[in-house]
Amino acid sequence: MTDAVVDDTAGEVPVAGRSFWSDAWLRLRSNKAAMVSLFYLIAMTVVCIVGPWFVPHTYTTIYADYVRTPPSLSAYPKADMIESALGDVLKRMRVELKDWHQEGERVVFSVTSSREIDERNTRYIDRSDTFDDAKVEDRSADGTEMTFSAGILRQYFIFGTDNTGRDLLSRTLMAGRISLAIGLLAGVVAVVIGVLYGATSGFVGGKTDEIMMRIVDVLYSLPFIFFVIMLVVFFGRNFVLMFLAVGAVLWLDMARIVRGQALSIRRQEYVQAAEALGVSSRGILLRHIVPNLLGPVVIYMTLLVPHVIILESFLSFLGLGVQEPMTSWGVLISVGAKNIGSANWLLTFPAFFLVSTLFALNFVGDGLRDALDPRDR
Amino acid sequence: MTQSNDPILKVRDLSVEFATHDGVVRAVKGIDLNVLPGETVGIVGESGSGKSQTMMALMGLLASNGRASGSARYRDEELIGLPETKLNRIRGAKITMIFQEPMTSLDPLYKIGNQIAEPLVRHKGLTARAARARALELLELVGIPDPQRRIDAYPHEMSGGQRQRVMIAMALANDPDILIADEPTTALDVTIQAQILELLAQLQEKFGMAIVFITHDLGIVRRFSDRVYVMQSGVVVETGPTEKIFSRAEHPYTRMLLAAEPRGRKAPPRPDAPTLLEGRDVEVTFDIGGGFFSGEPTKLRAVDRISVNLKRGQTIGIVGESGSGKSTLGRALLRMLPSKGTILLDDRDISHADRQEMRPLRRELQVVFQDPFGSLSPRLTVGQIITEGLLVHEPSLSAKQRDQRAIEALREVNLDPVMRNRYPHEFSGGQRQRIAIARAMILKPKVVVLDEPTSALDRSVQKQIVELLKQLQSAHDLSYLFISHDLAVVRAIADYIIVMKQGKIVEEGTTEQIFDRPKDTYTQTLMAAALDQTRFRTTAA
Amino acid sequence: MFVYVIRRFLTAIPTLFVIVTLAFFLIRVAPGGPFNQERGLSPEIKANLEAQFGLDKPLWHQYLNYLNNLLHGNFGPSYNLPDFTVGELFANGLPISIQLGASALTLALIIGGTLGIVAALHQNRAADYAVIATATAGSTIPTFVIAPIIQLVFALSWNLIPVGGWANGALLNKIGPVITLALPQIAIVARLMRGSMIESLRSNHIRTARAMGLSQWSVVIRHALRGAVLPIISYAGPAAAALLTGSIIVETIFAIPGVGRYFVDAALNRDYTLVMGTVVVIAIFTIVFNLIVDILYAVVDPRVRYD
Repeated sequence: MTDAVVDDTAGEVPVAGRSFWSDAWLRLRSNKAAMVSLFYLIAMTVVCIVGPWFVPHTYTTIYADYVRTPPSLSAYPKADMIESALGDVLKRMRVELKDWHQEGERVVFSVTSSREIDERNTRYIDRSDTFDDAKVEDRSADGTEMTFSAGILRQYFIFGTDNTGRDLLSRTLMAGRISLAIGLLAGVVAVVIGVLYGATSGFVGGKTDEIMMRIVDVLYSLPFIFFVIMLVVFFGRNFVLMFLAVGAVLWLDMARIVRGQALSIRRQEYVQAAEALGVSSRGILLRHIVPNLLGPVVIYMTLLVPHVIILESFLSFLGLGVQEPMTSWGVLISVGAKNIGSANWLLTFPAFFLVSTLFALNFVGDGLRDALDPRDR
Repeated sequence: MTQSNDPILKVRDLSVEFATHDGVVRAVKGIDLNVLPGETVGIVGESGSGKSQTMMALMGLLASNGRASGSARYRDEELIGLPETKLNRIRGAKITMIFQEPMTSLDPLYKIGNQIAEPLVRHKGLTARAARARALELLELVGIPDPQRRIDAYPHEMSGGQRQRVMIAMALANDPDILIADEPTTALDVTIQAQILELLAQLQEKFGMAIVFITHDLGIVRRFSDRVYVMQSGVVVETGPTEKIFSRAEHPYTRMLLAAEPRGRKAPPRPDAPTLLEGRDVEVTFDIGGGFFSGEPTKLRAVDRISVNLKRGQTIGIVGESGSGKSTLGRALLRMLPSKGTILLDDRDISHADRQEMRPLRRELQVVFQDPFGSLSPRLTVGQIITEGLLVHEPSLSAKQRDQRAIEALREVNLDPVMRNRYPHEFSGGQRQRIAIARAMILKPKVVVLDEPTSALDRSVQKQIVELLKQLQSAHDLSYLFISHDLAVVRAIADYIIVMKQGKIVEEGTTEQIFDRPKDTYTQTLMAAALDQTRFRTTAA
Repeated sequence: MFVYVIRRFLTAIPTLFVIVTLAFFLIRVAPGGPFNQERGLSPEIKANLEAQFGLDKPLWHQYLNYLNNLLHGNFGPSYNLPDFTVGELFANGLPISIQLGASALTLALIIGGTLGIVAALHQNRAADYAVIATATAGSTIPTFVIAPIIQLVFALSWNLIPVGGWANGALLNKIGPVITLALPQIAIVARLMRGSMIESLRSNHIRTARAMGLSQWSVVIRHALRGAVLPIISYAGPAAAALLTGSIIVETIFAIPGVGRYFVDAALNRDYTLVMGTVVVIAIFTIVFNLIVDILYAVVDPRVRYD
């Protein structure tokens, strides 16, 4: 059992070692659930960022003809919708329908009126969400009868539309942007404050530590929702500021975790060995404590982001968060919950996006924890 | 004692495998083993030899990723693959086991009396009342003082030695045929260790059970067992009567183990050697308890006015049992703990030097710790670890020069320099300890405090580390303060010895004086416990 | 023991005092007041109302007044629900919230605990993975998604339960809210229990118990479980305090007249007394349940002592 390896002829070129992080990455890569989730999250992020530019509707456009349209993969309008849309148009034109028929992608219809019909009435037709390119085909001599033709405007509403006729797909993607951005933003704020506070407390120790942690204890015992509502009250409807503030409330757990870690790392023999080498406090903090803290911080961050996303949704659900016409998954779910009897897609699509994202974050978090904190080493 | 020659335990071609992240690890590779009624069998091997897993396998106690195959018959019952319910009729009744970790092997939530009574109720069907009466007898038998009162104590209210006695009482409750003792004394101080072994020998005489004694300590095997199995990497390499193994070992591994006891003596330094490190009336007190609201803490005097005088080229061994204050003394002399008294380094008074003032002096005063896994930062490469001190003390060096110094330092501790970009977790315990030594040596210190540097290592690796330390000492004229509870190692490396107990020096003198003519009774007990060669009992094998 | 409980209550008083003070001034610093909302109140009426409730006095005076009232068990009148005092609102709503919360917590501890134990005993086998998957689902899906889905499935599609309402505590009306409250808790308890049970089963004294041939039941229940419930106890304390004081989501979606809704409404309407009342009630619940946790801890673990 000799373990000393001496080979004087061996080259001066050192063998590369497997660092903590490359080890962790190898372990993470072998975790299928975590990797699938990671790709899912990346895909979700990309779709939410890029998607709204490719969806032919903007998230604020209101299609009056398509209020609460169920989701469908085929294009609208459906056959029965043409007639009712036509009816709406003619009502606005104040004319009577005589007859109509469809010729390919155009409708041709004749109308009568007691008075003379103005040709400029085509603009009413164009203004509809169902038709465009309206033309006068024929008119009677006295002008009380007229035949129009108009192109049928084909629209896709894959996720359907909401109560005011806005496209749910573009709204869901837009909401994803907001929800993800808020999660990340508030998460980062919480982590930064928590790490600074916790590391100071744990590293300085003694009375300072005791006082700093007492403050955390007191903040803990105040109802969390109280803070959030106070912040809403203060920052009003500026949701960016508000969620920075929410992040500033969520740092308590992080501070406790980091303090505990800093305390235990400080007691490790390798820190004592560094002290015995005469390394300065700064050097010990930078070379020994911070790198060893990174693992738990990363793990906690992956737990915090979904937490913030839920919190945002929760506040938006209560009407305290993101305000119309801007939207987030919480806002959409809140609307969906209220229309659950009549238009359940309003709940199902945003809920699926939110829940699947939370799931993926969860699996990535678990995978990271297993990868960074292997018990069996 | 009636002895037949039919083994009561027959192990044939037993293998144990563990499924791990890096594939299947074979811990035991098809071993054969017999235990005769009433005999004592020693199983010896270093860590990772599979000696414990063999016994865990037949007791059905393998970790959940472990799998045993082959055969282990207790009388007529095949134990391997036996369903848990049937196995439960044998273990705890016919075959019982005690473990290495006395501090954690008892359930902290139940009184010891209840824990001893449980197997009695289970296997003998005693009533709770009868079981308690029997538990009381057993406690008396294993030498727990005041058993009437202690039967209602919780484990945390007892010392390590007492807990191990309680474990033994539990194991013997049902008059077993076989007692498996898995390193039962390793976690205990030497004096306690001797008492526990004494107790086991007595009880064996009384009850006549066979004992399977698993240990890494050849001294114990020699004094305790009738026959020996030597294991290496999952294989039995040699077996035979104790006497034969110790006098005429055949396998090279056995011979290496036998030779692994650190030998040799160190000559004292020249009489005119200057004093390098001196402590006068060093005193360290710790506050116990106390806090914001809980009032005055109580004071514990961990080091009680101790004076040490370390000369150039000298090695002072500081020995003592756990809690004697020997490590605290080391840290106080290193100025890593606040202390009273005077400390002189090279005739400079450093008793009141703050961190800033200590910094330049640190390169002359280095330290190596016990735990080769905890003392190296897991996020840095070996090269970064050993050159960290150069950043402080020779900041003018270029990265290339530092690398060169790292290569030299690694060569000096017999490690291949190509390993310097690797991380600590890629090395074995012995290699890590070499890295820790390289980190201290790279600064070319005058004094090195070695705090139990060999205690976490296997005997054979210990010997190599001791040799290395001796080599470095003569090459660089170093002075060592060698803190250890292991008297055999201390005898081989130190020329002067201080014996500590409860923060005080009970005796000091040259290694010869202390080992050959100890005056103090405590020193005598310590020496007897550690170095006695007489057998605990005599049975014809 | 008794002395310990008394002492704990005494040390809780300063904590409560700090919380009350902090909350009182925080809500007062916020812009707006209870009678500023767009109600078309003329300045005279507004001034009258403020005088009636003592809001025209200096802040410190109001603060001392409030403390004095609180010491006499008087939470004051609600500004926005003028027919009720805050005390009455709680007397009506709190029993409802407590009923729902307690049922949910009981369910969570029984079901979650059992699932956790089953998973731990079958670690890395099918049963374990099933529990982990359920627990992950339960703890990731927010209540405001679960609640409408329960409504959609059980009330609208299958007509098993009413969509909402309290109906004087009819059993059918409780099912939806209790399940919604319990699901995430079941998930959390199951996860916690699994983890601590695995940890406990790995410990050395369990190895001893098995080596002594004790029955599976004794090993798992007597030895492993007793140590493993400690983390559950520390979780259940704060969880109980949160559950029993009502959930705004559940009470809003299922139209339950509990106290969970008061807090948000009150804060938005600057109903100062109601906000303070909620803070005090939550704080008291938290303190009491933390004390219960500590006592239970000491009952289970003899190493914990009262000092």
